[in-house]
Amino acid sequence: MSSKNEKVWSDTQASPEFQDLRKKFRGFAFPLTVAFLVWYFLYVILTAFAREWISTPVIGNINIAFVLGLLQFASTFIIMWLYERHSSHSLDGPSDALRDKVDKELAK
Amino acid sequence: MSSSLLSSILFVVFVAFTLVLVVRAGRSNKQSSDFYDGGGGFSGFQNGLAIAGDYMSAASFLGIAGTIALFGYDGFLYSIGFLVAWLVALLLIAEPLRNTGRFTMGDVLSFRMRQIPVRGAAATSTMVVSIFYLMAQMVGAGALVSLLLGVTDPNAKTWIIGGVGILMIIYVTVGGMKGTTYVQIVKAFLLMIGAILMTVMVLWHFGFNISDLLGAARDASGKGEAFLQPGLKFGKEIHVNPIDPTSAIDAGKTLISKLDLISLGMALVLGTAGLPHILIRFYTVPTAKAARKSVNWAIGNIGVFYLMTIALGFGAAALVSRATLFRGFKVDAAGCLIDAKNVAIVDGSNACTTMDHIKDMAPAAKALIVPVDPSGNVAAPQLAQFLGGGEGTTGGAVMLAIIGAIAFATILAVVAGLTLASSSSFAHDLYANVIKKGTATAKEEVRVAKISAVVIGAIAIVLAIGAQGLNVAFLVAIAFAIAASGNLPAVLYSLFWKNFNTRGAVWAIYGGLLSALVLLIFSPNVTGLPTSLIPFVEGGVRFDYFPLANPGLVSIPLGFFFGWLGTVTSSERNLAKYAELEVRSLTGAAIGKAVQH
Repeated sequence: MSSKNEKVWSDTQASPEFQDLRKKFRGFAFPLTVAFLVWYFLYVILTAFAREWISTPVIGNINIAFVLGLLQFASTFIIMWLYERHSSHSLDGPSDALRDKVDKELAK
Repeated sequence: MSSSLLSSILFVVFVAFTLVLVVRAGRSNKQSSDFYDGGGGFSGFQNGLAIAGDYMSAASFLGIAGTIALFGYDGFLYSIGFLVAWLVALLLIAEPLRNTGRFTMGDVLSFRMRQIPVRGAAATSTMVVSIFYLMAQMVGAGALVSLLLGVTDPNAKTWIIGGVGILMIIYVTVGGMKGTTYVQIVKAFLLMIGAILMTVMVLWHFGFNISDLLGAARDASGKGEAFLQPGLKFGKEIHVNPIDPTSAIDAGKTLISKLDLISLGMALVLGTAGLPHILIRFYTVPTAKAARKSVNWAIGNIGVFYLMTIALGFGAAALVSRATLFRGFKVDAAGCLIDAKNVAIVDGSNACTTMDHIKDMAPAAKALIVPVDPSGNVAAPQLAQFLGGGEGTTGGAVMLAIIGAIAFATILAVVAGLTLASSSSFAHDLYANVIKKGTATAKEEVRVAKISAVVIGAIAIVLAIGAQGLNVAFLVAIAFAIAASGNLPAVLYSLFWKNFNTRGAVWAIYGGLLSALVLLIFSPNVTGLPTSLIPFVEGGVRFDYFPLANPGLVSIPLGFFFGWLGTVTSSERNLAKYAELEVRSLTGAAIGKAVQH
């Protein structure tokens, strides 16, 4: 690893474009990760400790436990869709532009 | 024609078809590195199917459907955990991993570290996780065969395990990643078709009314409303007098049982993104964007599949009699299983025989107890037989044969993926970078990878033959717990923590791995219960000092803790390499170029 390349990496890392991209990625992915983990563990804890409430019927033989379980499926699909939309709208463009710039500088 | 003959024919057709694919894939491999990443040219859609094929193991298809069939709602917890886990991979792992590694998990972990210790640790945990998972799948294959083909001869089981092992070795050594990927795509396709077919038939049977399906399952279960509520298998309320559900609740034991449920949930949701055979799938696509798309496709497939396990599991409970589900056992008035001599079987229900009850039994009655934890692995094939028209009908035989052959295909595709992951890690991490210190040529590396695929395959065959009595779900849970404790903390720290260093990585991997293993050894899985690995007998050995069956609740935080501790106690920092890692992980710059150290 030549020191010239090292400079390309560290300069890019310090550049405002990269810092902005990093913020846009982390600012979206990290809170979303915390959110879905909290929601998942809330569900698991309810199945363990709120047995009576979670066993309340909602429609016919379908109880709250089933509804919550199906909502976990729904939230997984929704988060996937949200992240795809965020990535294709806000991350892919700046990321590709930076990649081309860095590759050009590395090839110099 | 009998269903076992038809099943065998269908399976032979599957094997022949995939072998042709694999041989053609092997011929089209242009350079040595194709062995690891299949040329890196798969599309997001193809890789998404392959991920689904790699992930939906026999434990998912047969195990979850079976658990729901026997224990009702609790089986559904597996489906949810296994699916939600994919969000960790999607949001945090898939894209950065694609951008910063080439062939193995060790590539990313050792990116800015000293190569020898970190790659050694990465290869060790890759092989430990993969071999446990391999054993689970192969033991499952042996059990499935005896049930589907009516083979009870233990020698026949041994031959089947050996045969599955040899096929997976051929797939991997001949086809490499490309061939294995094709096998997984074909399998994912077949599995989805089979599951959709059965789900539609079950729903049609109940006029597409889910509530009616659940009601029928509840009525047939003999367990009443409890069958549709959590608590028959996990997080049970344990009574002071276990055979008297009206007695007071033992608060201490009940709390432990509930913590065990949370521990299982934790291993399920955090284990997936640490499974090496899943991680290396992200290298088969050219860009991070394609890696993301492949996870999207995988989530779509896997999500739909796990939704269908509700119909399959409750359908089996409603339509297949409990006596058939637990072959050879009957049900008594209380809904407990009893064996041919009218002795209760340990069956997860409060009212049934439990450990404490056994203690008070007369020695003669004790000797009759069968220490089984019925897995219900045959629920799905039995449901298929019913849906086709029932036992003795042509339709029933055809459906049983089709679903049986798909289950075999499932096992075969998963074991091939696991063998590939562990042999890649052995050759690329251990041989090329630790033993040869980076001087091996690509050709030598792939030769070693193929040899190690044969050796690892042979080890797995021998271990699986020896482990035939082990519970498949237990082996899978070990693999998930180790992956979540030993691999995930190290991977996350590597990608996102600036100060992370060699000591941190090594401590995270070995610390998490050993915590999980040690806690398992001292858990009720190994001693202390009639269902333990070493079944407990009065006055026998027991060292079940750790009360939880699932170690994740303790070992996963320990993995993160050791990684942090190792990092802060070592002064090594490599900020220049971190700059490179960070820029590459978010932009994909310099992708496909050799990582220089």
